[in-house]
Amino acid sequence: MALLQALGAPLPEHRIANIFKPLATPAQSEYHIALLVLAITGAIFVVVAGLIVYTIWRFRRKPGDDAKQEPPQVYGSNQIEVAWTVIPILIVFVLIGVSARVIASVENASPPPGMLKVTLIGHQWWWEVRYPDYGIVTANEIHVPSSTATYLELQSADVIHSFWVPQLAGKTDLIPNRTNYAWIDPREPGIYLGNCAEYCGTQHANMLLRVVAQAPDDFKRWTIEQQKPASGNAAFQSLSCVSCHTVKGTPAVGKFGPDLTHLMSRQTLAAGAITNTPENLRQWVKDPQAAKPGSLMPSLQLTDQELGQVVSYLESLQ
Amino acid sequence: MASIDYPLDRTHRTQREFSFSETLYRWVATVDHKRLGLMYIVTALIFLVIAGLMASVMRLQLAFPNSHVVGPDTFNRLFTMHGTTMVFLVGMPFVAGLSNYLVPLMIGARDMAFPRLNAFGFWIFLFGGLLLYFSYIGGGGLSGHGSAPDVGWFAYAPLTAKAFSRGASTDFWILGILVAGIGSVASALNVIVTTVSMRCPGMTLTRMPMFVWVMLVDSWLIIIAIPPLTAAQIMLLIDRFLGGNFFNTQAGGSAVLWQHFFWIFGHPEVYILIFPAFAILSEVIPIFSRKPIFGRPAMVGAVVAIGFISLGVWAHHMFAVGMTSWSNTFFAASSMLVGIPTGIKIFNWTATMYGGKLRLDTPMLFCCGFLLQFLVAGLTGIMLAVAPFDWQLHDSYFVVGHFHFTLIGGLVFGLFAGIYYWFPKATGKMLCDKLGRWHFWLFVIGFETTFVPMHFLGILGMPRRIYTYAPDRGWDFWNLVSSLGVIVQAAAIALFIWNVIDSLRSGEKAGDDPWDGWTLEWATSSPPPEYNFEKLPVVRSSRPLWDLKHPHDPDWKFEQ
Repeated sequence: MALLQALGAPLPEHRIANIFKPLATPAQSEYHIALLVLAITGAIFVVVAGLIVYTIWRFRRKPGDDAKQEPPQVYGSNQIEVAWTVIPILIVFVLIGVSARVIASVENASPPPGMLKVTLIGHQWWWEVRYPDYGIVTANEIHVPSSTATYLELQSADVIHSFWVPQLAGKTDLIPNRTNYAWIDPREPGIYLGNCAEYCGTQHANMLLRVVAQAPDDFKRWTIEQQKPASGNAAFQSLSCVSCHTVKGTPAVGKFGPDLTHLMSRQTLAAGAITNTPENLRQWVKDPQAAKPGSLMPSLQLTDQELGQVVSYLESLQ
Repeated sequence: MASIDYPLDRTHRTQREFSFSETLYRWVATVDHKRLGLMYIVTALIFLVIAGLMASVMRLQLAFPNSHVVGPDTFNRLFTMHGTTMVFLVGMPFVAGLSNYLVPLMIGARDMAFPRLNAFGFWIFLFGGLLLYFSYIGGGGLSGHGSAPDVGWFAYAPLTAKAFSRGASTDFWILGILVAGIGSVASALNVIVTTVSMRCPGMTLTRMPMFVWVMLVDSWLIIIAIPPLTAAQIMLLIDRFLGGNFFNTQAGGSAVLWQHFFWIFGHPEVYILIFPAFAILSEVIPIFSRKPIFGRPAMVGAVVAIGFISLGVWAHHMFAVGMTSWSNTFFAASSMLVGIPTGIKIFNWTATMYGGKLRLDTPMLFCCGFLLQFLVAGLTGIMLAVAPFDWQLHDSYFVVGHFHFTLIGGLVFGLFAGIYYWFPKATGKMLCDKLGRWHFWLFVIGFETTFVPMHFLGILGMPRRIYTYAPDRGWDFWNLVSSLGVIVQAAAIALFIWNVIDSLRSGEKAGDDPWDGWTLEWATSSPPPEYNFEKLPVVRSSRPLWDLKHPHDPDWKFEQ
């Protein structure tokens, strides 16, 4: 696998984010407790539903029954009440104990030495991804090495969002004025899809996230590439793009939108709404509201010449 | 009006024809608990159809990936209005309507304790509902932003702050719900006072019908749960208009605080909504099984226990906000505890049927549907209560499937059971049983087809409240199935509406006691006169009409 990656073969993309196919430790612990709970609740369902259906079938009024004849009037039984109170209590205590253990194991896990630190900041409707130890800022794609755990600091710039990559970890919210933590340790190189899971306004649906787990060497190469500054462009800098976007190493230092320094290294545009192709990029810059209505990026009404200059500059941001 | 000189002997009552304006006046100015009850229920049914249509548009949009039936703004308004309407303008008036209509009749009273407060409650509720819907016209506000609210029915901060919700749509949400809440509190207060002080001679609390018991606990829950919501909404108004910063995170407010306030209301609220179904089942199942309710003290105890526990489970809606592991464990534990009394109720209903002679008429069919579907809802609820499992399921379509199983599979099925059961009492006409069976089976099929796939979608990682999705995420098939179910559900509801209209026009005459009932409402005429009972009844057991019909084997011989 690592060899294939080195040869430039694309990473496998896990498009179907089934929580019952976990590929990292937190999702794995959640999957195991889910199996236990499913087994218990499934057994309860079979027994109780069976009793209900049996009772309905067995005691239904049949043709020829004497309508005037009332059945024996039974008012209750304390022994039976105690029985069907105590058994559920025992089941509930088992479930509470198991839950407590898994809650502690996921929430109170101490970060292993050598893990990667990433700060994930939710915005309406995209993700800012920062690597404080590497000085990298990117968006909507979290690159992590498959060799170690990644520890995520979750923050929000505006409203509440929620981090959810089903095959790696359950949800943790990104809440303004608060820092939450989550961790992931994808074991195999690959691309894992996630979504914002807390309704955050108009384009909540298109606030998609991808975790790109790479072999350690590939990840290292990626960080080196990402750390390089880009060169400037007069046409780009003369437009209001720079009020919101940063291109490292140039006068463009806007903070409101995603960092564009290595835009072309990303797989998608507009937080996963469209794939990153030259044609899509052109359409996106021309009229963001067409691809992602409600997006906070306005249409700048660029002339064809300006559009061409901006797009060809963006395409140079490898 | 007619109430001044009512004759005590109803056989000689002359019913003159009223003109349209007189009829209208008699309904608008009424303080009669039965008319107000019916007005609540009819209003709830109208809002149910409106909110159902909204849901149909959403399902149409989601039937296929990348579809463009509605845009994101419209979709977000649809699910906000759908949820808000279903909870506050369908569920709550059903609670008020049922308890208004039935509690006085069941306890042998002539009216509610405060008839005028009762009328006030209805009209202020209706005003709140209309205010919410006026947002479609007025929500733009002076700045021209927005129309109906689009913040979701639980309106999480800071999405509701001025910075993120411009225009007046959120204000309409706040005020409409706040005002409707006043109506709910008024009505709940009235039910409590009525049950405490207006029971007929002999009706001790131990002899009070199960229905009244459940609605009494329900009313207490309303009185406890609504004020925190109202307080939070006032705080939000202060934020939006007076520069307060309770929830305004940009000025240091707390987003989590709103969640605590909202769910301290919101979780008891779901029990407030499901209790009427419990109340209905506890009346319908015994009558159609021809046996008294099994383990009556345990049933009452279970309802009281659910009421108490439901006040301490709210943060299970917040397992993903990053609470400490101890808090998560506490709320997981308390949430699972609710399963115990709920299980007791299901077991006792089943035991009531066991050994009986089940008449599987439409009301009983809906009760059977309730039992099985509510069992599923309870078990998926247990899954959600297990916090680590919830980290995956939270805010996914699994949750949408779960709460529709409780609120449609449970509550709405229960309500239909109640409507088919008491319609003859309220109108004097039977609902057609054959159409009722069609309604039941179509509704079961449509309901299962729509909501079972939602559980799978959640497991496949589909978050709730998204207006569109990409085609290759494994969500296409189940979304299409789910949307197809809507057509069957709509057909079922159309049949029901037709059944009501047709039965009102030319239904079979019901008589006073079509189901061979045991509680006091069946001792008066159908529909009951304004004063309910000519002579106040005297009861000696929890089944007064059983005693009357079986003088050799009365309940009071066994009850102490």
